[in-house]
Amino acid sequence: MIATEEIMHAFDVENIRRQFPVLNRTVKGKPLVYLDSAATSQKPQVVIDALVDYYSGFNANIHRGIHSLAEEATAAFEATRDAVKNFIHASSREEIIFTRGTTEGINLVAYTWGRQNIKAGDEIIISAMEHHSNIVPWQVLCEEKNAVLKVIPINDEGELLMDEFYKLLSPKTKLVSVVHVSNALGTVNPVKQITDAAHNAGAVVMIDGAQSTVHLDIDVQQLDCDFFAFSAHKLYGPTGAGVLFGKKHLLETMPVFQGGGEMIKEVTFAKTTFNDLPYKYEAGTPNIADVVAFKAALDFISETGKEAIAQHEHELLRYATAQLQSIPGLTIIGRAKEKAGVASFIIEKLHTQDIAIILDNQGIAVRTGHHCTQPLMDRFGISGTTRASFAVYNTRQEIDALVSGLHKAIRLLS
Amino acid sequence: MNNTISIEETEREIVEEFALFDSWDDKYEYIIDLGKKLEPLDAQYKTDDNKVRGCQSTVWLAAFYEDGRVIFKADSDAVIVKGLISMLIRVLSGHTPDEILNAKLGFIQEIGMTTHLAQTRSNGLLSMVKQMKNYAMVFKVKEQNG
Repeated sequence: MIATEEIMHAFDVENIRRQFPVLNRTVKGKPLVYLDSAATSQKPQVVIDALVDYYSGFNANIHRGIHSLAEEATAAFEATRDAVKNFIHASSREEIIFTRGTTEGINLVAYTWGRQNIKAGDEIIISAMEHHSNIVPWQVLCEEKNAVLKVIPINDEGELLMDEFYKLLSPKTKLVSVVHVSNALGTVNPVKQITDAAHNAGAVVMIDGAQSTVHLDIDVQQLDCDFFAFSAHKLYGPTGAGVLFGKKHLLETMPVFQGGGEMIKEVTFAKTTFNDLPYKYEAGTPNIADVVAFKAALDFISETGKEAIAQHEHELLRYATAQLQSIPGLTIIGRAKEKAGVASFIIEKLHTQDIAIILDNQGIAVRTGHHCTQPLMDRFGISGTTRASFAVYNTRQEIDALVSGLHKAIRLLS
Repeated sequence: MNNTISIEETEREIVEEFALFDSWDDKYEYIIDLGKKLEPLDAQYKTDDNKVRGCQSTVWLAAFYEDGRVIFKADSDAVIVKGLISMLIRVLSGHTPDEILNAKLGFIQEIGMTTHLAQTRSNGLLSMVKQMKNYAMVFKVKEQNG
């Protein structure tokens, strides 16, 4: 109990807010209430400074140059790789591949491991709550290979039906790819159990960590998953940078994704020898600046304390859920026992687009629509939801503003 | 259905009406009211062909050609969009294809609704205006070809 109080005491949200310059602005004459961090989080000053410092201090192309700037840029780029390795508890820095984001990470696996290992009649299992990014690459692969895509169903609370999942597993199952935390519902899926069961069936496991990495402590060794993808921009880092973790023995035997510079050892017109991990999968000049600045975001999270952040967000979600439920006609979509980061809801007779416009007029940013999870919306028989998502810088007062904004929307629109 | 007031005059009327509002809330309250009052579109016209495709709300837009004038009727499942359509119908419906094709529709900017022209609101005014002008063009071409 003492430890909890100490964490609560140490967590000063006003101090946090001062570190995010964009939170000072107004929208339509009202103070910005940013409740769309699940789409992208805002950036602290240290990340913005890191971008400026890189471009104004030591911009150079990395890895090959024999000059001081190239060495400094390479060191900074590789320092982020080490920071990521520590952040997700990977066993080796060679398992950390920089990508453009989660979507590219999933596609990389589908196009390399998938094309090498999936054969006609094989089965790939995903879940009913996947983002389109974790559906489409596998659909394309299945179509090409004549393989079968299977879907783990969910209950009305938005939780995976694990018994159904176990029934889907068979010797035909070659891959299980599931989302760790649902972007539309907030459900935290039992990925450790999923991974263990999939491994017992002889399948490889990919986790979409786009939403989970910012809210939960990630330990890829403990999870034992084979691939784990996430994006920097949802972790207070820059857009256009992301990470694919892959187990070394898989990355070593997988074919290359893109050909070009950096990923080669030697090129003749007869044959190319590919570079070692992780560079084998990082063709071309990478997104150096954003990767370099991503380290500042990871440091920010570590310094603020991941546990303290998680506790703050959990408290906000609990408060928001209670306040939202007091609104007549409002139904929360996604009532899983384990949730993180988002409150998704519908309001009787109101269109989500109308709600978003009225909220925007009050300076409140939420996301509305299908959240790139159309099959999930179909499962609930709705066309979309209004989603408020929470981050380290949000406050109870902002949730109060959302609630009064929704009351206003109901008054105007009904 | 002959609209005797010119497009520019109707635009001016709307701009004057909006000048009375001093807050965003009032403007939107008015648009919502227009949305609620828009003459319902007969179910037979709510077809896939008449859908103006968008990301978040569904808009149906039907057009009829009577005595050289284009009559627009529309509906949406979102009420603010419906209010915006209502204004466009008030301005453009009952005019000739040429008048519609030449309409500048500066009133949208003057009443501060340009955000609805943004690309993100793909079901906003922009795609509706485009669709209305497309209909006008089709009717014009059909008439020219006899």
